[in-house]
Amino acid sequence: MNLITPELGLLFWQTVTFLCLLLLLGRFAWKPIMSSLREREETIENALKSAELARREMAKLRSDNERLLDEARAERDAMMRKAQQTADTIVEEAKNKAAAESNRIVESARAAILAERQAAVDDIRRQIAVLSVDVAEKVLRRQLKDEPQQRQLVDQLIKDIHLS
Amino acid sequence: MDAGHSSKIKNLLFFLLLALIPLKSFADENPTAEYQEGEFKAGDMILHHVGDSHEWHFATIGHTHLTLPLPVILYSPERGLDVFSSSRFHNETQTYGDYRLDEHDHIVSLSGAKFYDFSITRNVASLFLSALLLIIIFFSVAGAYKKNNGRAPRGLQSFFEPIILFVRDDIAKPNIGSKYQRYMPYLLTVFFFIWFNNLLGLMPGGANLTGNIAVTLVLALITLLIVLFSSNKYYWQHIFATPGVPVWLLPIMIPVELIGIITKPFSLMVRLFANITAGHIIILSLFSLIFIAKSIAVGPVIVAFALFMNILELLVAILQAYVFTMLSALYIGSAVEEHEHHGDLGIEHDSVHPDHH
Repeated sequence: MNLITPELGLLFWQTVTFLCLLLLLGRFAWKPIMSSLREREETIENALKSAELARREMAKLRSDNERLLDEARAERDAMMRKAQQTADTIVEEAKNKAAAESNRIVESARAAILAERQAAVDDIRRQIAVLSVDVAEKVLRRQLKDEPQQRQLVDQLIKDIHLS
Repeated sequence: MDAGHSSKIKNLLFFLLLALIPLKSFADENPTAEYQEGEFKAGDMILHHVGDSHEWHFATIGHTHLTLPLPVILYSPERGLDVFSSSRFHNETQTYGDYRLDEHDHIVSLSGAKFYDFSITRNVASLFLSALLLIIIFFSVAGAYKKNNGRAPRGLQSFFEPIILFVRDDIAKPNIGSKYQRYMPYLLTVFFFIWFNNLLGLMPGGANLTGNIAVTLVLALITLLIVLFSSNKYYWQHIFATPGVPVWLLPIMIPVELIGIITKPFSLMVRLFANITAGHIIILSLFSLIFIAKSIAVGPVIVAFALFMNILELLVAILQAYVFTMLSALYIGSAVEEHEHHGDLGIEHDSVHPDHH
């Protein structure tokens, strides 16, 4: 039957045309298209890969930063604690020292005052003694200007001595 | 073909014009017969359409036939090459020199001399047209890849890119495996060739190229040759010493497997030819019903049916391109497949590769 009998002419032209088409399209269309597609896919894949890499790097950096920050914070806390302690000790020491010093000053002042007072008292005593002697001398001089009086005094004195 | 028969067909052509169905007709012939009631032969009309012709008839408007005469190229060992226009046959006897155009549109030699017909028939012209179209389109697409390098695809390029990727990722890669790249040019060419020609065949006045057995024969033969030339030892081992088959069965198995080599491309050939031709025959039969019933009332119903069939054929056009390409890839895949773990049963299961994404 006509329909299922392949005709020579069409067989020939189909073979020639299809092979030419295959050659031309293969060389000038499919080759550049396929390589462009492959290239683009590779580019996209690489871009995705590097993005992933960057993301990971970022995460690593962030965790590093956090770690560093934590360390710094801890260090700062430790330093502050230590400084506080030192300051406390210094203040305590100073306080103690000041107290001791003031005590010593007060003590020595007191001693000085006592000594001065003693000296003053001694001086006064001495002056009184001298004055008394002077007064007594003056009184005596006046009283003993006459003889009876002298005698009376001597008697008196002798009496006193006995009594004492 | 006698004059009475011709006039009947001519009469029909006037009606067929409404549906833009191309049909063989003969110009300058008894115009008075134009409006006579004629007997409609649906079978002849359909076979004329799905078959080949030495001229390309587009439409008939009134008495004017829009026909493109095509070159006739004949080669005979005695007379050498003969090239002339097919319009030379347009006379009472349908003869030119020693050659006559018979009622089946075949050229016969009156003297019985042996000759070969390499004419540019409607199918050949359509073949050239489709080849030109494919070249123009895909060269421009390839150019677009150069121009838009590093940028998103645009225009034609963005229309064809998903289809090209589909052929690569869903046809070639899963069926052929890692060696798919060598076969991409063939698979892409055959896919687009079949698809474009299927669509061109659906156009009003289009030729039934992919529904021609010679065309599908050549395509199937190329697939067969590619399979045979890329086959490795495992392919032949599978044919001559099928693993898991007892030795006493081999005398039966070897012929079966050898026949299998031929039946695979044969099925490719028949499937494409039959599907496309059947589609054309169905649509033409539907339109013929209008003229058989001779009633305007059936028209709308038939047009609705034909429209539905045409849309279905649009689907079939790409489906058959896919099936042909997919099966070609499958056969190539079975020929290039490496068996790392052969020896026991389960070779058959390996013949369909898992996806290599």
